[in-house]
Amino acid sequence: MKLEMKDTPGQLVTALKPISEAGGNIIAIVHQRDATSTSDTIDVQVVLELAEKRLGPLIEDLKQHGVRVQRIGKERLIHRRDFIIIGHIVHTDLSDTVDQIDRTGFSEVSEIQMVMPGIHEPSTARITIKATHADDMQRAVEILRRIAVHKDILVIEPVEEVL
Amino acid sequence: MKIALLGFGSVGQGIARVLAERDLGITITALADSKSGIIDPNGISLESVLARKEQTGSCGKTGITAEEIVRTADYDALVEVTPTNVQDGEPALSHIRTALARGKHAVTSNKGPIAIALPQLRALAQGRGVQLRYEATVCGAIPIFHTLEHGLGGNRFLAIRGVMNGTCNYILSRMAAEGLTYDQALMEARQLGYAEADPTYDVRGIDTAIKLVILANSIWGLGARLPDVDVTGIDRVTPEALSLAEKQDCTVRLIGEAIQEPSLLRVSPRILSKDHPLVVYGTLNAITLETDLAGELTFIGKGAGSRETASAVIGDLIFIRDCYVKGP
Ligand SMILES: NC(=O)c1ccc[n+]([C@@H]2O[C@H](COP(=O)([O-])OP(=O)(O)OC[C@H]3O[C@@H](n4cnc5c(N)ncnc54)[C@H](OP(=O)(O)O)[C@@H]3O)[C@@H](O)[C@H]2O)c1
Repeated sequence: MKLEMKDTPGQLVTALKPISEAGGNIIAIVHQRDATSTSDTIDVQVVLELAEKRLGPLIEDLKQHGVRVQRIGKERLIHRRDFIIIGHIVHTDLSDTVDQIDRTGFSEVSEIQMVMPGIHEPSTARITIKATHADDMQRAVEILRRIAVHKDILVIEPVEEVL
Repeated sequence: MKIALLGFGSVGQGIARVLAERDLGITITALADSKSGIIDPNGISLESVLARKEQTGSCGKTGITAEEIVRTADYDALVEVTPTNVQDGEPALSHIRTALARGKHAVTSNKGPIAIALPQLRALAQGRGVQLRYEATVCGAIPIFHTLEHGLGGNRFLAIRGVMNGTCNYILSRMAAEGLTYDQALMEARQLGYAEADPTYDVRGIDTAIKLVILANSIWGLGARLPDVDVTGIDRVTPEALSLAEKQDCTVRLIGEAIQEPSLLRVSPRILSKDHPLVVYGTLNAITLETDLAGELTFIGKGAGSRETASAVIGDLIFIRDCYVKGP
């Protein structure tokens, strides 16, 4: 998110405190002071991880501290899981496999890395699925499992969910 | 304390050797292998019986059978270490049943009867006021059942996850380390004696599933059976799968997973970060317990081997000796 705040000492700390209090995980801060600027405010960009439902209260809280949120760029899909699939992945219509997951609208295949050792050998691929919520991820996994049974593909799932 | 020992292979001989080496107050009064038996109420000489087995292939006289020993010999605890039969658990199941019905304690390393008939055997033992212990059936040397029942006695168990098959773990470790194919790694495991001539039970995940059934039934009294476990083995895992995992500092292991709520019993190859506590190498086993009081605990140790398995059987015997058998 892009924040606008007064150019006075301590303002940045004032702005960051509500974020951590809301349970946000700050990933990066870009703090640019434009020397030619005549304005008495500065712009700060903060990249953070935060549960969707906490965003509204946080914006309110920031406003109370004199910090204005100018822009919020949201990456919608926050849950990410890697799977390894083994089998005749291409011959069983890989684009259909991807499509069945993407079509749901709540999850998508965001990355595929495939290794094909030989024509008649099974191929192996790592596929990354992203989803908005944990429940959506669970539904995507179930779709993947169903496809796997149908197309005789082995799916190797992670042992624990990685956010 | 007097014990009758049925089965005199790797595990049976391991037990005899340890009892010969150290004075644990345990005497073997009867012993049988598949073709012969020996009974001596004053205690069998272990050195000579081990030597005889090595020279002749038999431990005693033909005509004395395991079945007869269970029914008639004088012993406090039966030690059942004959081969595993997952179809009907026999003949071990009958041996254990007969001993319990006679009011004798029973200790076994044999997964068959425990996976198939734990609830009935438990009820029988309780009715007779004797102990049925089977520490060696899951994860060899790791004292998992003592830990579950006593060390963590007051806890609720939410989930168990583990690497419970040394053969699969060896194969996957070698595929990852050397880029071997599944077939190459299996051949190597066979040459080193880590895989059976017929490795189906191990590599298809059935052995792990049996252990999971024993664990789940012990902890939650589910009455689960082998067909209740969702099983996928490692025989389709490719070297490319391991190298793709490696690129993300991960690897693949065969994981047995039992969760209480929502109830789940599953054996499958899984991706784990290489610093995950369950990522052990070679033939090692590892098991993680998720509990409500103690939090998460992981145990790592040898899952098989003559002396390692003997360690678990003897631990059970010592427990019975100290708690139930008032020695002279
Ligand atoms: N080895 C391990 O590391 C390990 C670890 C955990 C659990 N276990 C379990 O422990 C048990 C024993 O394993 P093991 O490795 O010792 O097996 P093993 O080396 O094959 O020995 C089996 C023994 O049982 C005897 N036997 C077969 N049928 C019998 C019968 N009807 N009555 C009496 N004895 C009979 C055999 O007799 P002969 O000598 O005449 O053939 C042999 O002495 C198995 O259930 C196994 O699954 C083994």
